[in-house]
Amino acid sequence: MANYNLKINGKSYQVDVDEDTPLLWVLRDHLGLVGTKYSCGIAQCGACKVLIKDDAVPACVLPVSQVGEDEVTTIEGLSESGDHPLQEAWNEVDVAQCGYCQAGQIMAAAALLKKNPAPSDEEVMDAMNGNICRCGTYHRIKEAVLLASSKIK
Amino acid sequence: MKTLKTNRRDFLKIAATAGGGLLLGFHFTRCDSPSKMKVVTDEELMAQAVNYNSYLSISPDGHIVIFSPNPELGQNIKTSFPMIVAEELDADWSKVRVMQAFLDGEKYDRQVTGGSGAMPHSWERLRKAGATARMMLMEAAAKRLDVDISELSTEKGQVLHSGSKKKISYGDLAKDAAQLEVPEDVPLKKVKDFKIIGTPIKNVDNKAMFTGKPLFGLDIYKEGMMNAMVKRPPFGMKIKSVDDEEAKKVSGVTEIFTFGDNVAIVGISTWPLMKAKQKLKVEYEPKNGKLESSEMHNQLFTDLMKNGKAQVMRKDGNVNSAFRGAAKVVSAEYQCPFLSHSPMEPMNFYAHVKADGVELVGPTQTPDRARSAAAEIAGVDVEKVSVEMTRLGGGFGRRLRADFVEEAVSISKKIGAPVKVTWSREDDITGGAYRPAVRYRFEAALDKDNKMIGYKLRGVGMNAGNCTRENNFPSGSVDNLLIESIEYKSDLTTNAWRAPITNFLAFAEQSFLDEVAEAAGKDPVQFRYELLDRAKNKPVGEIHYDIDRMRGVIELVADKCGWGQKNGVGQGLSVYFSHRSYVAQVAEVRMEQGNPVLERIYAATDCGIVVNPTGADQQVRGGMVDGMGHAMFTNMTFRDGAPTQKNFDSYRLIRMKEVPEIEVHFVDNEIDPTGLGEPALPPTGGAISNAIYWATGKRLRNQPFIEQEELKEYKIGQRA
Repeated sequence: MANYNLKINGKSYQVDVDEDTPLLWVLRDHLGLVGTKYSCGIAQCGACKVLIKDDAVPACVLPVSQVGEDEVTTIEGLSESGDHPLQEAWNEVDVAQCGYCQAGQIMAAAALLKKNPAPSDEEVMDAMNGNICRCGTYHRIKEAVLLASSKIK
Repeated sequence: MKTLKTNRRDFLKIAATAGGGLLLGFHFTRCDSPSKMKVVTDEELMAQAVNYNSYLSISPDGHIVIFSPNPELGQNIKTSFPMIVAEELDADWSKVRVMQAFLDGEKYDRQVTGGSGAMPHSWERLRKAGATARMMLMEAAAKRLDVDISELSTEKGQVLHSGSKKKISYGDLAKDAAQLEVPEDVPLKKVKDFKIIGTPIKNVDNKAMFTGKPLFGLDIYKEGMMNAMVKRPPFGMKIKSVDDEEAKKVSGVTEIFTFGDNVAIVGISTWPLMKAKQKLKVEYEPKNGKLESSEMHNQLFTDLMKNGKAQVMRKDGNVNSAFRGAAKVVSAEYQCPFLSHSPMEPMNFYAHVKADGVELVGPTQTPDRARSAAAEIAGVDVEKVSVEMTRLGGGFGRRLRADFVEEAVSISKKIGAPVKVTWSREDDITGGAYRPAVRYRFEAALDKDNKMIGYKLRGVGMNAGNCTRENNFPSGSVDNLLIESIEYKSDLTTNAWRAPITNFLAFAEQSFLDEVAEAAGKDPVQFRYELLDRAKNKPVGEIHYDIDRMRGVIELVADKCGWGQKNGVGQGLSVYFSHRSYVAQVAEVRMEQGNPVLERIYAATDCGIVVNPTGADQQVRGGMVDGMGHAMFTNMTFRDGAPTQKNFDSYRLIRMKEVPEIEVHFVDNEIDPTGLGEPALPPTGGAISNAIYWATGKRLRNQPFIEQEELKEYKIGQRA
C-alpha cells in the first residue's frame, strides 16, 4: 500500500492503495466516482475511458502509480452542470439505449474534439472505433459527435 | 370514445408515502429544462405527492409522478410507459417525474423484461391509469366551479371550463380529486387526439447517464457493504481441491470459502478480489467423464440430424408423396454457434440477508425470480424479500436468470454482512448461459410449374427446447409440410438470448427461401408474395400470423429501397414475424475492387402505433446492429467444457466502422402497439446473407460469416 496524490476534475485526492490498483477501481471503489464504468478490464471496450491531460485513456489498465501529476478528467468533471457540448448533443440526439457505455463514448469524443474540433465522418469513426456499444447506438454516437463539433466551431 | 371497465386490482388506493420509487436522492427534471431552476428531490416530491393508483401520484406543486414498473435495460420502457399514462392524463410532459418502481406484486403484474411483451401487456392498463385520474380531476374541478362535468375539458395539466374560461391546474386539484371515488368506466382517447404518444420524447435518464450518476447495479455502494467475486467451474466439472494460500495473502481479501462448486472471495474493494482470483488454485474433475467441445457438438449435430428421434411440431398434408412427385428438390443445412449475451455491464447484485428478511438491489430482468431465489436460500417468506431494480447495463436475456442473485444471497448469508457480487468480463463470457447452438436442415419440393408443394424443416438444438417455430411463415402456405425438432441435453447452460430461437432460425429460413426462389426462377419478393397469397386464399392448417401485415412490410421496404431497380447492387430481402411485430429488411451489397461491401440496410416495421418514434427507431436500429454483428463476426467455441473466447479481444463484437447505413421506416396504422426490443433482430442476418449471395454468388449457411470458407477470398469488415 502507498499514498497517491491525484488531481481529478480540478480537485486533489489522496488515496492509500496498492500501486498496481487500476485508476478505474480507485475512482469507483475509493473515490465514489462511479460514472467511469467497468466492462472488459483489458482496454478493449472503452467503457472506462477518462481524460489524462487531453488523451482518452482506458482507466481499467492504468495503474494508479503511473498517473503521477497528470490532471484526470472523468465524466463527472467534464462540465460543471452537465452542459458540455457533447453532453448536450448526446441528449439532443437521444443517443443512449442501456446507457452503460455512453460515459466512455463521451470521453473518447471529448479527446477527439480537443485535438480536432472539426472532424470528418471518417475521423469520428476512427476515434470512436475503440468503444463498443452492445446496444448498437453507433449511428447516433456519430451524429452526436458531429453535432457537438458543429456547435463548438 | 372507447369505454373500458377498470381493473380494481390495478387501482388499489395506496398511501401517498408508500412510494415505491427508486429514491436515489438526486434528480434532474429533464435535460432541456433550465439548469438554474431549483430541483425538487424525489424524496421531497414523494413527501407531498398524492397517490391515485399504482402508476401515478400528483403533487400539489404540479409535478406528476409516474412509476415505471418494468426493469429498464435499454428498451426505453422507462420513457414510453410514462408517456402513455401522461397521454391519457393530459399531463404537461415537462412536469412529469418518472420513478422506477420496486418489485410489488400487489400493485403490478408482469414486472418482467423479456419477450417484447411489456407494451402489449400494459397498453390498456397504463391508459386507464391516466384516464381514471383525469376523470377524478375533472370531477373535483366540476365540484369546485359548481358546473357540470360536460362543460370541462383538459389540456397540459389543467382543467378548463369553456364558459367562464377558468383554468385550474392539476396540482391545485390533486388533494381534492384523490378523495373521490375511483370511476368504474373511463373514456379513452382516440388515436388522432394523441398529443404525447407519437412524438419523440427523449430518454428520461439522459442527464443522469451523461453526467455519470449512479444508476446501474455496479454503481451500488452501501454502508458496511463487502465486495465479492466468485470462481465457477467449467461446464460439466466439479471441484476436486482448492488451494487458497496465495490468494489469501492478497491485502484487502477478508475471506475465501467454497459454496457448492464455487469459491467465493470476499474483500473490501474490487481490485484485490481480481488479483486473488488469479492466485486461487482450484482443481476440477469431470462430473461424468465427458467434457464438451465444439468438435463433439458438430458430431452430435451430424448424428442427430441423421438418426435422432425427433418431435413432430407440425405436419400438414403428406410430405413423403410431395417429395416423391417433385420436379425439383432443394435442400440445405444451416448452423449457428453458441453466443454469450455479454451486456456491457457484467452480472452483479447486492444482497443483504438480515435476521428478518433480505434486501436485494441490482439489475435483473425478472425481479420476481430474484425474490423467490433469495427467499429460498435465506429461508424466509417471499414477503420478507425486497427487490429494488437499478437500471440495467443491457440484458439481452442474460438477466432473466437469477444465478448472480443466488450467489450474492449465499455469500451475504455466510458472512453475515451486505455484499455486492461482481462478475468480471471473463466470468460473464465463460459463465453461461448461452444462446444455444443449432443446426437446421431444410428441404423444399417444387412441382413442374415451380410451385413449392413440400417443405421440411428438421432442427437439432443444444439445450434449445423446441428449436423451431412451427407455426411461423411459411407454414400455412404449403400443402405438405413437416416441422421437427430434436434437443440434445448439453452440460452448457443456455438461456433465452434476444429473440430466442428466431435470432438464428429467421436467418436460416429466409436464406433458404431465397435458395428456393432461385431454383424456381422467381424474384425473391414475388416468391414470398406468392406464398402469402396462397396462405390467404387457400390456407393450409392454422395460420398464426397476419398475412396482410406481413405483406405490408414487404411492400413498404421494397418501395423504400427501390427493389430491383439498382444496377450493380445485390439486394437481399428478409421478412419475419416475431414477438407480435412484423419486420421486413433489404440489405444492399456492392462490389468494390472485387470485395463485397455492405452499404445499407432498409427496415420496414409494423408494430402498430409507434408510441415513441425516437425510442422505436433505436430499438429497430439497435436490433439490426445486434443481428448483423453476431451474424457477421461473433463466434464461441468450446474445449474441455469451457469457451475458448474469454473477453472482447477474442469474443468479437461489432464496432462503429463495421456498421452500414440503416434506414428505418414504420407502417402507419392504429393497431394497439406491440413490443420492439426483439423483432428487428431476426431478419437482419438473412437480408445480409441474401444480399451477399446476389452480389457474389456465395451462399452463406453458417455463422459467423467472417469465418466461412465462402468469404475467404474477400476482404470483409470495415468500411473504407
